[in-house]
Amino acid sequence: MGLSLELSQVSKTYNGHVILEDCSWTFEAGFTHVLMGPNGTGKSTLLRICALLEPPDLGKVNYLAGDGRPLSPDLELKRRITLLLPSVGVFNTSVFNNVSYGLKIRGLKHREIEARVEAILEVVGLAGKKRQRALQLSTGQSKRLGLARAMVLEPEVLFLDEPTASIDQENSEIIERIILELQEKKRATIIMVTHDPAQADRLGDRLLLIKDGKLWFR
Amino acid sequence: MDTILQGFGSAFKLIVALDPELLKIIWLSFKVSGAALSLAMLLGLPLGALLALKRLPLRGLLLSLINTGMGLPPVVVGLFVYLLLSRSGPLGFLELLYTPGAMVVAQFILAFPIVVSLSHTAIVNVNPIIKQAAQVLGANPLQEALTVIREARYGIMTGGIAGLGRVTAEVGAVIMVGGNIAGYTRVMTTTIALETDKGNFDLAIALGVILLGLSLLINLAFRAVQRMGRSGSGVVLWD
Repeated sequence: MGLSLELSQVSKTYNGHVILEDCSWTFEAGFTHVLMGPNGTGKSTLLRICALLEPPDLGKVNYLAGDGRPLSPDLELKRRITLLLPSVGVFNTSVFNNVSYGLKIRGLKHREIEARVEAILEVVGLAGKKRQRALQLSTGQSKRLGLARAMVLEPEVLFLDEPTASIDQENSEIIERIILELQEKKRATIIMVTHDPAQADRLGDRLLLIKDGKLWFR
Repeated sequence: MDTILQGFGSAFKLIVALDPELLKIIWLSFKVSGAALSLAMLLGLPLGALLALKRLPLRGLLLSLINTGMGLPPVVVGLFVYLLLSRSGPLGFLELLYTPGAMVVAQFILAFPIVVSLSHTAIVNVNPIIKQAAQVLGANPLQEALTVIREARYGIMTGGIAGLGRVTAEVGAVIMVGGNIAGYTRVMTTTIALETDKGNFDLAIALGVILLGLSLLINLAFRAVQRMGRSGSGVVLWD
């Protein structure tokens, strides 16, 4: 079972403008939580706060292990979670080096890295592009590369910020299929932002709305 | 016109025959410039990275000084290095004046600001999303910094090539601190100056042709690196 995540009374303000106000929610382990809401309402900010990339002004983010034990927000915890950024941030190197990055910095052995990267590239349909320059991939392929880069780490919590935004139908379907597989096989906790209500229905176990800085359960 | 043509003919013969004196001068030039550039990269890249990645006090002032240093007149550098290394100077005890070591110091001072400034610019211009990507994949602060520096590698290489271009073509500083001693501190540029003064154009033209060829190679490398950086089609340097 993956990690669960408790938000308690989280608030965030940018330049005097309230983005999030008193948001509380428990993201249960093993479920897919979908965040929806109009542009500029703080969905990505909430995701970044949950992913420990920025602190809230007020309130707390607590990660809990399977046995309910609270975990401290250190590098060890940060390496158990990951976020797929809306703009992937492809490194200027090969597809293989992009996907193996997280494993290399964790000090895994080369043989294990090779095996895991090859397996994940197969899943995302980029196996034939292992040695290709990652910057030469299409937008859809880059998204799949980003997903592979995150999934190869086998995260217990995966944050997805608009994973299918600005890509074609075919790539979008591939990505949805990968997310579904991740849900079924790994039972990871997934927290996803999307603007597509149909996609939210297809993938989400819990649907949340952000409006006027408040978080609502739908 | 005859002198020029005759000079080119003799120069061609010297190059084809791999004249020992010519080779010795070329080899010393490479050694001095190579050492100066290596030192400038070794010290300049970390400083450029530090200025790009950390909010240091007086960073703006330091960057202004470094950018000013990019336009340092070589003879002024030669003068200061001379004063520092001369017997009565503060570093006179090192006994470096009129040695290849002094020439390395002078060329290092010329290359260092270029390497620092261009490394800084290259690192600052890396898309901030790269740092975020490293962060979300579990990098610690040092790994994040190294990832950003690695993304800037083509810009950093451009800085190195620009530094090399600056030092190989330099004559004023090295002639002042090296003394242009035959077989010891005589490099391509200083030999060209001396042989032209003496009216011995064969060696001067031969070295001029080689220096021009080197300059062309540096420029080609410069353009190739910039092209690789833009298109992302360069060799994979990460393994």
